[in-house]
Amino acid sequence: MRELYEFAVGPMAWAAFGVFLIGSVIRLISMYSLARKKDGPFLSYMSWRFGLRSILNWLIPFNAQGWKENPLVCVTTFVFHLGLILVPLFLLGHVVLWDQYWGFSYPTLPEQAADIFTIAVIVACLVFAWRRATNRTLRFVTTGQDWLVLLIAFLPFLTGFLASQHVGPPLVMTTLHVLSGELMLMAIPFTRLSHMIFGLFSRAYMGSEFGGVRHAKDW
Amino acid sequence: MGIEQRRIDDAGLARGMAALTPEKIAKTFQALIAGECGARLRTYVETCMRCGMCGPACHYFLSHDGDPSYAPVGKVSETMWKLLKADGKVDPRVIGDCAQIAYTECNLCRRCMHYCPLGIDTAYIISVVRRLCHKLGVTPMYIQDTAHSHSATLNQMWVKDDEWTDSLQWQEDEARSEFPDLRIPLEMEGADFMYSVIAPEPKFRTQLIYQAAAIFHTAGCNWTMPGTPGWDNSNMAMFSGDAEIMGRVERYHFETAQRLRVKRIVMGECGHAFRAVYDVGNRWLGWKMHPVPVVHSIEFFWELLDQGKIRMASKYPGPVTIHDPCNVIRGRGLMDKLREVVNHICDGVVEMSPNREHNLCCCAGGGVINCGPPFKNVRIVGNKAKADQLKATGVQTCIAPCHNCHGGLEDIIHHYKLGMKLKFLGDIIYEHMEKPGAV
Ligand code: SF4
Ligand code: SF4
Repeated sequence: MRELYEFAVGPMAWAAFGVFLIGSVIRLISMYSLARKKDGPFLSYMSWRFGLRSILNWLIPFNAQGWKENPLVCVTTFVFHLGLILVPLFLLGHVVLWDQYWGFSYPTLPEQAADIFTIAVIVACLVFAWRRATNRTLRFVTTGQDWLVLLIAFLPFLTGFLASQHVGPPLVMTTLHVLSGELMLMAIPFTRLSHMIFGLFSRAYMGSEFGGVRHAKDW
Repeated sequence: MGIEQRRIDDAGLARGMAALTPEKIAKTFQALIAGECGARLRTYVETCMRCGMCGPACHYFLSHDGDPSYAPVGKVSETMWKLLKADGKVDPRVIGDCAQIAYTECNLCRRCMHYCPLGIDTAYIISVVRRLCHKLGVTPMYIQDTAHSHSATLNQMWVKDDEWTDSLQWQEDEARSEFPDLRIPLEMEGADFMYSVIAPEPKFRTQLIYQAAAIFHTAGCNWTMPGTPGWDNSNMAMFSGDAEIMGRVERYHFETAQRLRVKRIVMGECGHAFRAVYDVGNRWLGWKMHPVPVVHSIEFFWELLDQGKIRMASKYPGPVTIHDPCNVIRGRGLMDKLREVVNHICDGVVEMSPNREHNLCCCAGGGVINCGPPFKNVRIVGNKAKADQLKATGVQTCIAPCHNCHGGLEDIIHHYKLGMKLKFLGDIIYEHMEKPGAV
């Protein structure tokens, strides 16, 4: 087990960050060159002003029409993504690792806040799963991949929470936590989780078309 | 639930399906994806989280009690995703189903764009499906007929060249009994603007040309209409998926304006035509924006009223409600000008809810009404939500500055027994303006 742990925080961590970073860059570049080749006329409408205007407006909870009419998804989505960004980056346990391996550190989340965010993400995942299983529209369009990516996002938080609460053998839990986190990183460029990379661009494009050409808001 | 339970017989779809083989479908589909589609389609397909937030955006979904097969994401899943998953290796029947969904169960109204956090353009994906169906020859008979008409005559309704000028002169004659020195100036080079209309106007709504001429005459405009093909600004080829004919129609329209050396094109009260001229045709022809300035009637009337060229003798007795046509509101942002005009010419406005950019579509647009009688019920039943919205205003008159919307709303008002009157802005301005030159 010890070796597996060492492997997970050593070479595997390198591999996971490598796959995530290089994979994302490659996907972005290849999508951009595809856009240049095939969607050139459409790219020309891209505008910083209207693109950012749209992104910002969608970042305000209950601002866009879609959020207003889907209140549960709105709250869940914001809580989920906030936790998804804050916990991995600002958890004390993670920052300590940065310090240990790379020699730099930065402010961290108070432990209690981290716990609350972690639980919030876990609950959000359960809400997503519940909707996917019961909502008519979701049942109609859900594929295996949708469940898979939900599970991939769920596992690091579940294992992390269990490890922090000292449930189960600590080494096993921690190893599982590290591995599932790495799995998620590596899955980002190659699954639907890639909306993390492309979502801002599709939103910005819509904002640019609506703002620059159609003179209407898109939220 | 699902298209299998609601297939509708249509001669065009049946004929198209009968001529297909699975090989031909696969080859055409793969060529389309490799040739005309790029990063937009790929991003949309990959990043859609299947979250279902777009469901309540769609009037079909709302009108069918949340039937998921009418949700934007449901329709995309039944068409494009299915095709992509099979790499186009599907039966002709699947193409027939795709065609019915894409041509008759989506108005390309873009309302769902206000609901999708990722900015996924469902209307674009559905138009790619239409493009495929067009290439495979599986198109509803009636809309195909209008595309043929565009191809043969450059107008939507088989209006012959001499019938066009005849209709204009007939309306000029009629109008001269009211305004003795009124002209409908044909082919006048260097005029301030070219007025363009959709083919149904000369075909069976000729009084609209009379009204427009009366308004322009009273306002002292320096205007003209073309005496040649290129006068029709409608474009059903844009909706049938026939981009080549769509482009030809738009090129003629722009070139006619350029030949007449007018400063701009003023378009009648039509929405889809505006979309074709304002932001679709120009792109196909390689122009980032339209090569000749394009102004919709809402904006033009606003100018005439604002500059005092038209004065109202009385107001239309209200209150009225305002229908926001997708293609000039979500497509051009004319919601404020529309309200200013209506408030100026009518006595009181009761707003629909939701309105402006979020208004529900009339369910006729996007070529759906042009798919003809076989699909009439699809759009009437599919827009109960609009009927409820209209009813909730409690008013007697609805203003809709768009031909398609008139078609769609008329059917809904009739079917749901709403007893409302429908008006164009031009109807009211003509009726209630001061007419100093009239006898
Ligand atoms: S009809 Fe409008 S809201 Fe419904 S799917 Fe089509 S574009 Fe979206
Ligand atoms: S709202 Fe957007 S991401 Fe969600 S299901 Fe609809 S198209 Fe997909």
